[in-house]
Amino acid sequence: MSNEHAHAPAHDDDEHNPHLAHHFDTMGQQTAAAKLGMWLFLATEILMFSGLFLAYFILRMFYPEMVLEAHEYLSKWAGGINTVVLLTSSYTMALGVRSIQLGDVKKLRLMLVLTILCGCIFMVVKYFEYSAKFEHGMLPGKFYSAHLHGYEIDGLPHIFFGVYFMMTGLHGIHVAIGLAIMLWMFVRAGRGEFNAKNYVAIENTGLYWHLVDLIWIFLFPLLYLVK
Amino acid sequence: MSTAVQSHDPHPATEPSYLVSKRGLMSWLVTVDHKRLGLMYLASVMFFFLIAGILAIALRTELFTPDQDFMSAQTYNQVFTLHGAIMVFLFIIPSVPAALGNFLLPLMLGAKDVAFPRLNLLSFYVYSVAAVFLIVAILTSGLDTGWTFYTPYSTSTGTAVITATTGVFIAGFSSILTGLNFVVTVHKMRAPGMNWNRMPLFVWAIYSTAVIQVLATPVLAITLLLLIIERSLGIGIFDPAMGGDPVLFQHFFWFYSHPAVYIMILPGFGIISEIITVHSRKHIFGYKAIALSSVAIAVISFVVWGHHLFVSGQSELAGVLFSFLTFAVGVPTAIKVFSWVATLYKGSIQYNTACWYGMAFLWTFTVGGLTGLPLSTLAIDVHLHDTYFVVAHFHYVMVGGTVVAFIGGLHHWWPKMTGKMFNETAGKIGCLLVFIGFNVTFMTQFFLGHQGMPRRYYAYLPEYQTMHQVSTIGSWILAAGLLWTLIYLVHSLFKGEKAPSNPWGGVSLEWETQSPPIEHNFHDTPHVHGSPYDFPEIDKSGGSAHH
Amino acid sequence: MLFSLLIAPAAAEAALPPSNPGTPPMSDSPWSLLPAASANAEALDSLYIFFWILCGIAFVGMIGVQAYFMWKYKKPAEGHAKTSPLTHNGKLEFIWSAIPTFFFVILFAWGEIEYMKQVTPPPDAMDVRVTGQKWSWTIEYPEVKGCSLTNDLYVPVGQPMRLTMTSLDVIHSFYLPAFRLKKDVVPGRYTVLWFEATKPGLYPLMCTEYCGDEHSSMVGRVHVVAQEEYDAVLAKACELKQGDTESTEDFGARVVTRGGCASCHTTDGTVKTGPSFKGLFGKTETLSDGSTVTVDENYIRESILEPNAKIVSGFSPQMPSFAGRFDDKQIAALIAYIKAQK
Repeated sequence: MSNEHAHAPAHDDDEHNPHLAHHFDTMGQQTAAAKLGMWLFLATEILMFSGLFLAYFILRMFYPEMVLEAHEYLSKWAGGINTVVLLTSSYTMALGVRSIQLGDVKKLRLMLVLTILCGCIFMVVKYFEYSAKFEHGMLPGKFYSAHLHGYEIDGLPHIFFGVYFMMTGLHGIHVAIGLAIMLWMFVRAGRGEFNAKNYVAIENTGLYWHLVDLIWIFLFPLLYLVK
Repeated sequence: MSTAVQSHDPHPATEPSYLVSKRGLMSWLVTVDHKRLGLMYLASVMFFFLIAGILAIALRTELFTPDQDFMSAQTYNQVFTLHGAIMVFLFIIPSVPAALGNFLLPLMLGAKDVAFPRLNLLSFYVYSVAAVFLIVAILTSGLDTGWTFYTPYSTSTGTAVITATTGVFIAGFSSILTGLNFVVTVHKMRAPGMNWNRMPLFVWAIYSTAVIQVLATPVLAITLLLLIIERSLGIGIFDPAMGGDPVLFQHFFWFYSHPAVYIMILPGFGIISEIITVHSRKHIFGYKAIALSSVAIAVISFVVWGHHLFVSGQSELAGVLFSFLTFAVGVPTAIKVFSWVATLYKGSIQYNTACWYGMAFLWTFTVGGLTGLPLSTLAIDVHLHDTYFVVAHFHYVMVGGTVVAFIGGLHHWWPKMTGKMFNETAGKIGCLLVFIGFNVTFMTQFFLGHQGMPRRYYAYLPEYQTMHQVSTIGSWILAAGLLWTLIYLVHSLFKGEKAPSNPWGGVSLEWETQSPPIEHNFHDTPHVHGSPYDFPEIDKSGGSAHH
Repeated sequence: MLFSLLIAPAAAEAALPPSNPGTPPMSDSPWSLLPAASANAEALDSLYIFFWILCGIAFVGMIGVQAYFMWKYKKPAEGHAKTSPLTHNGKLEFIWSAIPTFFFVILFAWGEIEYMKQVTPPPDAMDVRVTGQKWSWTIEYPEVKGCSLTNDLYVPVGQPMRLTMTSLDVIHSFYLPAFRLKKDVVPGRYTVLWFEATKPGLYPLMCTEYCGDEHSSMVGRVHVVAQEEYDAVLAKACELKQGDTESTEDFGARVVTRGGCASCHTTDGTVKTGPSFKGLFGKTETLSDGSTVTVDENYIRESILEPNAKIVSGFSPQMPSFAGRFDDKQIAALIAYIKAQK
């Protein structure tokens, strides 16, 4: 850490770096702080979702047959395609981080576009899945009306679809936020804000996107592939 | 603390303080300076403390007679709900961390600011939005669920539950962001030489608190989200009529809200460690024990939530386990109290207002801690659960603990924050009124509770009247003390003497900069070479017990 | 208002042995303990007293040491005294961690032993069903056919009782301070509470889980009576017929007590969750849909059997139906009672 006077003429490269905020002494300190902050944020995300997972497991414990029967109405194909799409997007995101570490802004932007594209495919598939559920009256809670559309599911399927929509809905919101962030990163990369020495924002975006992917990796088998 | 920088200001009056370095309303509204944000939080939490305090006085006054007096049942229920919700979510939780913590943490660490100043500003506005939601809830149809929002009452009542819980949900995010910011600040922003063993105990306490904020609050968020969805869509997770489990909500809620109790009290512990050492000119007794017991309390706080469900019909095994774990919290808490008392030994105790509050804390918090024991004892809790005994116990911890420490801390750091000295005599009168009023109000409630007086009754059996009246009179004394305190503190802003940079002779870093500090805290990055409790009065010649 | 709840109407109290004049059972003195009227209460009071002695010693000791230090080590008038360099002491810290731990283990174990007794009903316990609803307790005795009491629990001395409890709406909590017992009453599931009363008398029964507007009025009575009188007392309490010399209004008053009507309807004009009975009969009320209705026999009858059919504006649909619980004669008496509240 620098023990020079904060307003004294700078003596190392960091002090020239336009990306160094006033309250940090070095770029290393700034990057480490941003990364630690991101990891903590991811921890809070996992804890938030864990509450929903807990609700899911309690539902399954209470009504195992109903969950088994109701899950048959979820499209394994749609879920499977989305899993592949998200895994691919994580891969392109990782490639994007790698590119900027090597200073290749052009490749970074390409990878961001590919990741955004995958995210959009995910959302489109989700849209078709949701509209099918809406049409069949498989709605959460008191809006559940599948029996009026000729689907008889024993037990209390309105809770299953309540939990299904909450979990995938909250996850979907995270995907949407991720897309917005990546778009912003794409713009910032275009303005030349990132280079091989300053890429922590890209790295954090990547971490966030991997988390969104990871949560889906849990959601898919729990909701679509119950046995 | 011995540092490379001299205690006297090497740049006399060359730089304006943070209060005047920039001018105009906008310079405050968009500030990223942790000190200004601390003051903005301070003003906000004080405002909500006043509102919720007025509600409390209204409640106590209604309870002066056994019958319904000036409030209808519905009004009473709304008033106690809002008293609790505002006190917990808008006052106590942000009080010490967001107000004093924001101001002091970077100063004590020798940093220029917190790690993420813009996030800090965002937290403040998130908190403000939350407050707006709660105010809208009050102004529309109110809230009558109790601050705990138990289902199925909260999913069936006609009041503005969704608006209010959305407010609390948002307040949770403010708390998470502040906690995250502080954890990173403590890890990454310490001045050179400031290793973990040299951090002031206030920093340790804020750090433990921040960890709980980060880990527990997301669960509150999802719980309230589930409640909101349950109420709007009726998914049936908590509603027994739809196949759900109403007690599940209590598990979810207390998984957050019990750790939240420690979010409220741990920062108070930190303040007391600072006050007692500085005003007795002694090194803290058992630095490591106090620091690690904060961490231990933070960890154990996550596994004791079930003691709120002792009579809910949870399994006996769960009851026994939670009872045992609850006792386990008692040990680190006892260690702290003993260490504070031992710190006074062979000190040179200066009876300042802040010191008076520290001494008052030892009394009130000890009562609060000891009365937690019968509540953790399963069989006795069955009798005392949801009676005034519980009300008295948590007020001893929350008010006698946190609020007394908070006011004490406010006096301790008032000269640093405002650059003005308050009147010591006025301060002591205020402290005495608060101490007497508080004990009269809540000591009686232990007896009421033991005699079987249930919580949340607007009308009660007449044999409880005597004690209720004593309690009500106590609450008026307490209110008078707090108002008096507010008046002389505000008065000092305009008429107070100019404060020196180190009025009490503290040796932690915040006393080394001028009062009030400059915008970037220190002219030179401080270097730390020793303990934050190494006072010049300590007799080093014959240090027999110095291992 | 609540006082009158504990002093039940004379007719109901006549069933009690003369030794129980029906006064509130708890002491007026703020310092005396509650009556301990069950085996559990006596056992718990010993634990409780042990706890207070322990905490008293701890508190006095700690505050004593603190006060002594504050007096002894007060700063001199001028300057500061030299202070001790003491920073820690391993032995002392171990001792003051170990001693509380030791006592905590004792308290925990003692509390746990008593708790297991509290939650294990003996096999010969007599069954009672309790149903909580906003804002009254319905008490039913399986062995007395059709007996459904409101807010009155009759138990014989020395007989273990096992209450199986549930709620119709929100969570309530069934609290018997004189027995040192409580248990939440949860909708959609059954919870169990058992006790053995040891002293005849009249004791309060309260709700301790906040359940809405009239939570404070969800107060009932536990009548502990001698074994040999129990059957007669219970039969008398269960019976709800007009006495030969009893006026219809007086009988109506008993019906009101049985129905727990007072938790929402007053007779002094105060408006609680429901309208006051005072001056109610013959009034013209505006309904929530804007139409008007005159409070006559038919409207009252309908309001008892189908309470939420016509809600007077300003009130919310909170009242449970009494269809099947009151017969025609009882309803007629109730109407007569309301008529008499001018």
